[in-house]
Amino acid sequence: MSHHRLEADGIRYDYPDGTPALRGATFRAGHGESLALVGANGAGKSTLLLVLAGLVAPSAGVATVGDLPVTPATMEHVRRTVGFVFQDADDQLFMPTVLEDVAFGPLNLGLAPEEAKSRALQALQSVGAEPLASRAPYRLSGGEKRLAAIAGVLAMGPDILLLDEPSAGLDPRARRRLIELLRAFDHTRLIATHDLDLVLDCCARVLVMHEGTIVADGEPRAIFADAALLDRCHLEPPLSFSA
Amino acid sequence: MHMADALLSPAVGGTLWVATGATLAWCARRVKARADDRIVPLMGVLGAFVFAAQMINFAIPGTGSSGHLGGGLLLAILLGPHAAFLVLASVLTVQALFFADGGLLALGANLFNLGVFPCFVAYPLVYRLVAGDKPSDGRLAFAAVLAAVLGLQMGALGVVVETVGSGLTSLAFATFAALMLPIHLGIGLVEGAATAALVIFLRRARPDLVDRSLPAPVKSRAVAGLAIAAALVAGVLSWFASPHPDGLEWSIARATGTEEIKPPEGGLHARLAAIQEKLSVLPDYDLPAEGTAKKEGETAWPEVSGGRRFAGLVGGLVTLLVVAAAGWLLGRRRPVA
Amino acid sequence: MGRLEAALRDLRLADTLAARDTPVSRLDPRAKVLVTAAFLVAVASFNRYALSALAPFALYPLWLAVAGRVPAGWLARKLAIAAPFAAMVAIANPILDTAPMLRLADVTVSAGWVSFASILARVGLTIAAALAVAAGTGMHALAAALAALGVPRIFTGQLLFLWRYAFVLGGEASRMQAARTLRGGRGSPALAVYGPLAGHLLLRAFERGERIHRAMRARGYDGEIRTLRELRWQVRDTVFVLGWCAYFALARFVDLPLALGRAITGAP
Repeated sequence: MSHHRLEADGIRYDYPDGTPALRGATFRAGHGESLALVGANGAGKSTLLLVLAGLVAPSAGVATVGDLPVTPATMEHVRRTVGFVFQDADDQLFMPTVLEDVAFGPLNLGLAPEEAKSRALQALQSVGAEPLASRAPYRLSGGEKRLAAIAGVLAMGPDILLLDEPSAGLDPRARRRLIELLRAFDHTRLIATHDLDLVLDCCARVLVMHEGTIVADGEPRAIFADAALLDRCHLEPPLSFSA
Repeated sequence: MHMADALLSPAVGGTLWVATGATLAWCARRVKARADDRIVPLMGVLGAFVFAAQMINFAIPGTGSSGHLGGGLLLAILLGPHAAFLVLASVLTVQALFFADGGLLALGANLFNLGVFPCFVAYPLVYRLVAGDKPSDGRLAFAAVLAAVLGLQMGALGVVVETVGSGLTSLAFATFAALMLPIHLGIGLVEGAATAALVIFLRRARPDLVDRSLPAPVKSRAVAGLAIAAALVAGVLSWFASPHPDGLEWSIARATGTEEIKPPEGGLHARLAAIQEKLSVLPDYDLPAEGTAKKEGETAWPEVSGGRRFAGLVGGLVTLLVVAAAGWLLGRRRPVA
Repeated sequence: MGRLEAALRDLRLADTLAARDTPVSRLDPRAKVLVTAAFLVAVASFNRYALSALAPFALYPLWLAVAGRVPAGWLARKLAIAAPFAAMVAIANPILDTAPMLRLADVTVSAGWVSFASILARVGLTIAAALAVAAGTGMHALAAALAALGVPRIFTGQLLFLWRYAFVLGGEASRMQAARTLRGGRGSPALAVYGPLAGHLLLRAFERGERIHRAMRARGYDGEIRTLRELRWQVRDTVFVLGWCAYFALARFVDLPLALGRAITGAP
């Protein structure tokens, strides 16, 4: 299924002040794979996700989503294909109620209000957040906000999901719910995270980033057992390994 | 400086609603035409910032009291005047609806006083001209203080004009103005200082956010200076306008022994006089004494007649706005992408 | 509690009040906007010495507050805060306008006091009406009403965004203030501290704005603000508008209290 294809080819990106953030990141994924993107802060995880979603233009290299490269001309295709869950749910939930927020995407896709509303309700149902529909975002807990944000992304019917630190700030129960949700998805998933235990639970493949490039790509258990690699990338083994 | 509904007449309130409503619609079109979709979330967060910042006090040195940011000038500097006006309108609306800070009938007037003057007069005609392109910290601060002071003086004057013009208060124009203007001088200084502090800080951290190129509003300093001078002259100097008949009238009176030459009956004069009677809101420069029990036969010096000052200021302000609008239109370029 | 926390608490309360199901919240917000506008214009159109004639108008804010289940204490507190400013200007009236106007038994009341009382009455009426209608409707519905009445969407969208992020930024500001206090800062900060304090808040506001923009673009935002909320005008809304406007017109042009007083006292 080519519409689940997600690829990066030599992506380079420099900040406006010249500091390099990405120095040639390359990987290939598809077929509903579940990948984790790990690395120290500043390694370039978030930036890579932004480039893949077409929200930031790289200085060099090509990102591919579905069958098409990510360019200004293909932006509509990218929007429909890629769903991005941001690190801070408050940045993402900007409408007065959860239902309206989740409907934001479908409305922008051109659906009539009635249709958009039912799509939104469906999306909320699929993450188990239907009771939140008429609540105001600022009154929600961190976990509830996260679910609402994910619903908002799912309502657009993407084939690929990019998630930036989805478990950050969640209490254990909310985190468990998130993990179950992630395991149940068919989409190709790329999850940038520090939560290595979540990686073990959800992901079949790990990409390790260090200083703007992907330095390792493999099966989680193998990668996390490589002490030298982890040390070089300023990482530590998952907590469950020390048990 | 937020006016309450209780002191406003529907005529004054309604007129200003129409004026600010039209300005709002115009600003909405201008902002949309900029075709920069970043402006929408930015307007939202900066509105929230101004709302929050108005609750954060800072100490005013040497007085033991504290002040806070108003935000009009700051918004104009960061967003450009049209977007800034929309943001101010939203903040004032929330304040009126949920905090009873300013009435709803008075919302138009409040937006005029607190929005039009900072965004469309103080910012383009004072701040931009004095600060120029990429000013030093000192120059920026000076421009901000000057713009804030003048903007708030105009706003305060607006409050006085609108309140006295509504006729619900017995305060004479001169008295009210004498109270409002000096107070707002101090507030203006505070506003300018706070605005400067914030802009300077922001500029150091993210110069790209502050030094954006906006179309220059008025080409000629002379035009701006003239406009400001016109308003000042009209307002302040008419304070001292002689209670004695106008120079020309005085000469006529001496020459002919009557106060005013009576025009010939009928004919063009009479018709023009009739038209002028109808058009002139303020016949003979004086507000009709409506319901105020006035003391007879007093003409104090300086002239205490509110009507003359009212007319003078209205004339001056209108002149200023017309000049500003003309200058703006002349200096306007196609929206920068 | 600092001013900031008090303001945020008020906003939260307003939001809670508006979310309840009351006869007021069930009305189409456009109807409420129209009637409140008519009310304000009617009250303001009285001449400065009107006092008893204003009395019938108290019915509208009273009904709004009762039917909308707006807490009386909250309303009273807000009135008490807002009134002094108008009173300060109004106090000039009794000082300057000393012509006698009324005789009550042996006491002569000057015109100035009558107009002063009139202003205070207007303050009560207008503020109570505005607060009660806002609390019974909420920013969300009000913005929808304004948009439906033709107000540019870029402005009504701005109202919603402002509402949404006032809590977020207000919370950040509150925490920054608390952090400063915990490090020994007393009273209001000097300008040299205020600059970076508020400056950081401003910077974070900008950065948040950028992130929100990305999130919006990621979900297909193209400059148009589209919302779900559909307003449906019903018969009860028509009845509401016509009924109240008729009442305002009657009370404005017929001095009901005077008629009542005459009827009671038998005076001509």
